[in-house]
Amino acid sequence: MSKKIMDKDGLGKTLARLAHEVIEKNDNLDEIALVGIRSRGDLIAMRIAARVKEISGKSIPVGAIDITFYRDDVGLKIAKDAQPTDVKFSIDGKNIILVDDVLYTGRSTRAAIDALLDIGRPKTIQLLVLIDRGHKQLPIHADYVGKNIPTSFKEIVEIKMQEMDGEDSITIT
Amino acid sequence: MGFKRKHLIGLEDATPEEIETYLNTAESFKSIFDRKIKKVPALRGRTVINLFFENSTRTRTSFELAAKRLSADVINFSVSTSSVSKGETLIDTAKTIEALESDMIVVRHSCSGVPLLLTKTLKSGIVNAGDGMHEHPTQGLLDLFTIREKKKKIKGLKIVMVGDIAHSRVARSNIYGMTKMGADLTLVAPPTLLPKDIENLGVKVDHDLRKAVKGADVVYMLRIQLERQKRNLFPSIREFSTLYGMDEDKLKLANKDAIVMHPGPMNRGVEISSEVADSEQSVICEQVTNGIAVRMAVLYLLAGGETNEIASLSGQGN
Repeated sequence: MSKKIMDKDGLGKTLARLAHEVIEKNDNLDEIALVGIRSRGDLIAMRIAARVKEISGKSIPVGAIDITFYRDDVGLKIAKDAQPTDVKFSIDGKNIILVDDVLYTGRSTRAAIDALLDIGRPKTIQLLVLIDRGHKQLPIHADYVGKNIPTSFKEIVEIKMQEMDGEDSITIT
Repeated sequence: MGFKRKHLIGLEDATPEEIETYLNTAESFKSIFDRKIKKVPALRGRTVINLFFENSTRTRTSFELAAKRLSADVINFSVSTSSVSKGETLIDTAKTIEALESDMIVVRHSCSGVPLLLTKTLKSGIVNAGDGMHEHPTQGLLDLFTIREKKKKIKGLKIVMVGDIAHSRVARSNIYGMTKMGADLTLVAPPTLLPKDIENLGVKVDHDLRKAVKGADVVYMLRIQLERQKRNLFPSIREFSTLYGMDEDKLKLANKDAIVMHPGPMNRGVEISSEVADSEQSVICEQVTNGIAVRMAVLYLLAGGETNEIASLSGQGN
């Protein structure tokens, strides 16, 4: 049984709201950069950057990081293809907004923070997630949340993005 | 794609998909080489032991650096300082090493089949770092990686591999790897340095380098072991060099943008001239750098592997 949480229209509105929140919370847009966690966090980051540009006229640098090598479960899970990290700008002294699709246990966020700190020394790191589904195992908190969706452990939150999956939708199975 | 293997013994039974996964993962690891912190925590707390029964500086150093960049703990164990010289058997030495709580053992031995034997006695993951005249799979993978990086593909490329095919484990691994990835491979050597019926592995054979090198995209020179000459496998070093050595003159016959590779250590003036080795077309130093990324990928992927599936030695592979 699967339940649709958001369609293309809903996702568009949520991303627009998140873009507004990013602008609201950051006085100086020249100091921020978005870094998306592969895969899909990077796509969300690009869409938010596009929205921010529409609203404010400012171009925010966007990067993508792969956290495969920073995970704490090598050997527990079968290794999958890792994609290269792609952050072409210096993150030193910047306010970095880390972008992920789903906040669940918080372990991916922990890995992403470690990965970021190996690339440079940002001034601050904020966290933006499209879906916060609960069940955190680490003291990690999102600064921007697209939607809070209480879930059970058995449920799977599936996010589809046009660029990767051919459609925009969020479902719970 | 999932990765299930725990050991890497050879490329003979590797699938093209597995090779692809090794190369893609290596590409990710290579991207961290430009950073200030050239290290990821992927194998933190794991112990990798380099068990080298045969002298090697470059391969051992490369594996050591690869393990360190993955945050694993590494111990080097080489024959000259070990108890093998005191009469301990291979299996006993290996078991002692494993009793040090190793997770992975990287083995080099002058006898073919030692790594495979160790997979049957030990619990650790085994990586073959070169066994006798059998295989040197990480060299094969790093060569494929370098070709793919330079040429953006492997399939359909014309590759000529020149020199002592018969005694070379590097050649063996590369023959399996390159043919599996769809390259058009021609081996060039005097008949005494070519195994009989090697065409069965899906390669072409030629004894005339000038003819074979025409239109090549990749020219792969193998190291000639000078001691072979004493066994009269070829009449003289000078004759070998004239007929089978790569020099500017012969390289002009290859494609303009052909790359020249060599697994090292080189005999300048024998299988490769200095002009060629130092030319723009030479990617020999890049092969060394890529070796670290590829070995990181191998250690990382095998550490996540679960099954005991291993390379088969005698044609059971596909």
